[in-house]
Amino acid sequence: MADKIKIRVKTKEDNGVVKALMLIKHPMESGMRKDQDGNLIPVHHLKEVSVVYKDETIFHGEFGTGASKDPFVIFHFEGVAGEKFEVNAVDSKGVTGTKSVKIKKLKKK
Amino acid sequence: MTISNKGFSRRRFFKTLGKTAGYIALATSLPSIAWAKWSEKAFSSKTLDSAIKACFGDLPIADNPAVKLDVPDIAENGAMVGVGIKTELENVKSVAVFVEKNPAPLCVKYNFGKGTIPDVETRVRMGETSNLIAIVEADGKLHRSQKLVKVTIGGCGG
Repeated sequence: MADKIKIRVKTKEDNGVVKALMLIKHPMESGMRKDQDGNLIPVHHLKEVSVVYKDETIFHGEFGTGASKDPFVIFHFEGVAGEKFEVNAVDSKGVTGTKSVKIKKLKKK
Repeated sequence: MTISNKGFSRRRFFKTLGKTAGYIALATSLPSIAWAKWSEKAFSSKTLDSAIKACFGDLPIADNPAVKLDVPDIAENGAMVGVGIKTELENVKSVAVFVEKNPAPLCVKYNFGKGTIPDVETRVRMGETSNLIAIVEADGKLHRSQKLVKVTIGGCGG
């Protein structure tokens, strides 16, 4: 059974706007790379990432082999610190990952 | 004495009932996310124009300075090219990033829902020096911003 996709999320809420930084660990094999024996490493990439907040999908990312390894995404949405949202991911092999995130306030110096 | 069951077996009935209950339990325990269809055709299109068309259909496209594209002039590492896209346009439905000379030009597509602000950043791969194009879909139109990004080391492997 393949490992689940690991997702790391940082949030910073300021004035009702949340900046979310997501790092989704994934090899993102384009299918064009060769291993040491000269064999092509099969395609294996992140396909979709979905963010659900207050029972609605507010953000949906689609990825192809043109996205870098360990896809990194920053997006912004209207939200409030203390509330939660969920990030779900699925890749080309059907492996999934999920992360529940609590929105944090931006630390001002 | 044999018991005639006329083709109906009590044992089989309960077995089927158990199986059905099992399926119902499995169905309701599946995650309730409805995955939107991944744009397979768009991601496998091999030219820029066909990728844009597969992504957005026949919507009218025009350059628009309201789409702010933030990419380096020179990318030292083609495997990780940072891309920032921001716009003041309203009713933004989605944003897509294309690298013209990549084997599959469409790299990522972000679809926005309620309350999402069109200000995103990501990292894409570039195989070689190429035009990097950001397209914002808003109000039934495609708004484009593009920049030539020079790549010193390609990022597609090989």
